[in-house]
Amino acid sequence: MTRPTPESLAHRATPATVAAAVNTAPATVAPVATTGAGALVRSLEALGVEVVFGIPGGTILPAYDPLFDSKVRHILVRHEQGAGHAATGYAQATGRVGVCIATSGPGATNLVTAIADAYMDSVPIVAITGQVTRAAIGTDAFQEADIQGITLPITKHNFLVQTAEELPRILAEAFHLAATGRPGPVLVDVPKDVQQDQTTFFWPPALDLPGYRPTLHPHGKQIREAARLIAAAKRPVLYVGGGVHKAGATDGLRKLAELTGIPVVTTLMALGAFPDSHPQHLGMPGMHGTVPAVYALQKADLLITLGARFDDRVTGKLDSFAPDAKIVHADIDPAEIGKNRHADVPIVGDARHVIDELIAAVSGSAGGTEHYAAWWATLNDIRERYPLGYDEPTDGTLAPQYVIERIGEIVGPDAIYCAGVGQHQMWASQFIRYEKPGTWLNSGGAGTMGYAVPAAMGAKVAQPGTTVWAIDGDGCFQMTNQELATCALEGIPIKVAVINNGNLGMVRQWQTLFYDGRYSNTELGTHKHRIPDFVKLAEALGCIGLRCESKDDVDKVIKQAMEINDAPVVIDFTVGKDAMVWPMVAAGTSNDEIMFARDVRPAFEEDDL
Amino acid sequence: MTNKHTLSVLVENKPGVLARVSGLFSRRSFNIDSLAVGETENPDVSRITIVVNADSNPLEQVTKQLNKLVNVLKIVELDPAQSVQRELLLVKVRADRAQRSQVLETVELFRARVIDVAPDTLTIEATGNPDKLDALLRDLEPYGIKEMVQSGLVAIGRGSRSITTGPALRAA
Repeated sequence: MTRPTPESLAHRATPATVAAAVNTAPATVAPVATTGAGALVRSLEALGVEVVFGIPGGTILPAYDPLFDSKVRHILVRHEQGAGHAATGYAQATGRVGVCIATSGPGATNLVTAIADAYMDSVPIVAITGQVTRAAIGTDAFQEADIQGITLPITKHNFLVQTAEELPRILAEAFHLAATGRPGPVLVDVPKDVQQDQTTFFWPPALDLPGYRPTLHPHGKQIREAARLIAAAKRPVLYVGGGVHKAGATDGLRKLAELTGIPVVTTLMALGAFPDSHPQHLGMPGMHGTVPAVYALQKADLLITLGARFDDRVTGKLDSFAPDAKIVHADIDPAEIGKNRHADVPIVGDARHVIDELIAAVSGSAGGTEHYAAWWATLNDIRERYPLGYDEPTDGTLAPQYVIERIGEIVGPDAIYCAGVGQHQMWASQFIRYEKPGTWLNSGGAGTMGYAVPAAMGAKVAQPGTTVWAIDGDGCFQMTNQELATCALEGIPIKVAVINNGNLGMVRQWQTLFYDGRYSNTELGTHKHRIPDFVKLAEALGCIGLRCESKDDVDKVIKQAMEINDAPVVIDFTVGKDAMVWPMVAAGTSNDEIMFARDVRPAFEEDDL
Repeated sequence: MTNKHTLSVLVENKPGVLARVSGLFSRRSFNIDSLAVGETENPDVSRITIVVNADSNPLEQVTKQLNKLVNVLKIVELDPAQSVQRELLLVKVRADRAQRSQVLETVELFRARVIDVAPDTLTIEATGNPDKLDALLRDLEPYGIKEMVQSGLVAIGRGSRSITTGPALRAA
């Protein structure tokens, strides 16, 4: 058996900074006669696309012919959802636009989950779909689906291409829309006969987007007003969301935080935007956030909200969220401001510009952590009393938290960690230390099980020199593991830690807590029957399969996986099923009701404030 | 008084734009009272007039969401006091010989027009603001309304200023 290695493959992705919004400066191409399909592929080349993830089929076949000769690398996935998540992983690991391609009908609808996922997490991807011929549209033709209509609510914008002439312009617009402003997925639906028509290709085309004008620079008056509130605040918190990461504003954030001495919380989408090791970092807020982060938000008198959106998983019961806080809310999307919580100072702008201007505005008055000595004393006390932690299982099973913690410690902060959705995702957010932006990828808004393996594949393609770990659950893993075949054949040596507790763990946790332990349909049989056997499955998919069932073997197996660089590795970590994610704010309750562990409410001393 | 607001939404005149706008309303749980759409003096631009029943906070949110649509060029809320608002009503009223003169009197009173006559019915066309058309319908109801159809409301600001000019539309 021959297995390709990353080194042997011609089309290598080069590392890029997360801040880079668009792929590369467009080249100039003099008019040349070609087909619509030729124009499509030439446009992708001109847009600097290195790699696309996809599966061909009837209506996209014309585009696959010129793609065969193109310098654009095509990675043949096994399911279109995998192509979509891979494009997302690629985009999240680089900040550049990820591209996925599918045929019409079921090919296109298989992309829908991944597009919705990218929409919820504002990830710049472009999905290109084949469509039946123009004459056949609307006739319920074979493999016809109105993918433009279907994706209307889950794309930033979408296009149905009408002529071959407009194809380059539409693709350029799609990339521009995906990458700028608040990023998001854009779909381009291309009828088969448009791909076959003759046209003249030239580059660059003129964009025609008269209604699209994202506001990047904040209003000076609002910045001054924010600075005034910061100067007056006694208990401020920097509430940081994924927008800071997307804007490449993490250096600025650190500067702002250190200059002012204000505590920082980073949401699930912002992990890595501020170093976990930084003394001013209180951790993640929200349903499974740290006690100090949740406490800080609840007791704050000012939230400086940067690129975050007051999601229900962060606020808990909205009307009791941060009751004493004035709100400075900066976001590039004006519709986020005031959507869930009234903003006393609304700031529309790109997080990088906002932070730079805030730094300038507060630099005269900022006093560092000393300035908030009483606030820090309270927070440090809470931090000391309620650290993140977990109990060793008493039944002799392996603690999933321990496995994840060890992966983080052995692999280190330079790797990319990519989680599925559920308990393992929360533990990966809690027990791995993130020090750098772009090292934590997950499905935050949509909560898409099955995200991890294909997204890790996309991230590894984007950053071939970086170690990429998928931290997956046994439920999630069974949704998209077929992409391991893609990884094995295309030379994409990711590492997958299946945190196998034999159950849909997070659902089971809720059944334990809220449904009297009635475990309706959450047992998956991966323990009881070892179906599937993940080691054998990994081997069948061309990967190395390892298994770890005891605490003593954890380090050894992780190190073994780290030594394998010529093939994807899957480790079946057989862990206990009763571990739960703590702390927890139960859905629909107030953040004040946070539980540190089962039946343990933190004792907050109101007098401290 | 209700919380009715009249939004004039200028959009690119392209296929599917109406679906994007109306879909946004249903998706974000906003109710549309009335909707009318047509080309403007610039054939590349269509104007959608939407009447929504919403408090100021949700209204602000829907306006922001509309503004995010790539094909939306400009949104203006028209103040009823500073604008002219009109609907078109076509109504088929039972009017035999005995009733006909009374129906015609009502038509006259409301400055409406008879546009079709049959032995037992009159079809009437009327334009006006929603209040006037409601009053007309109330007066015609006793005779028997066999069928009616109403357009969405269209509205335009009073005075010489135009919402279709300005920097927002330069590229359209």
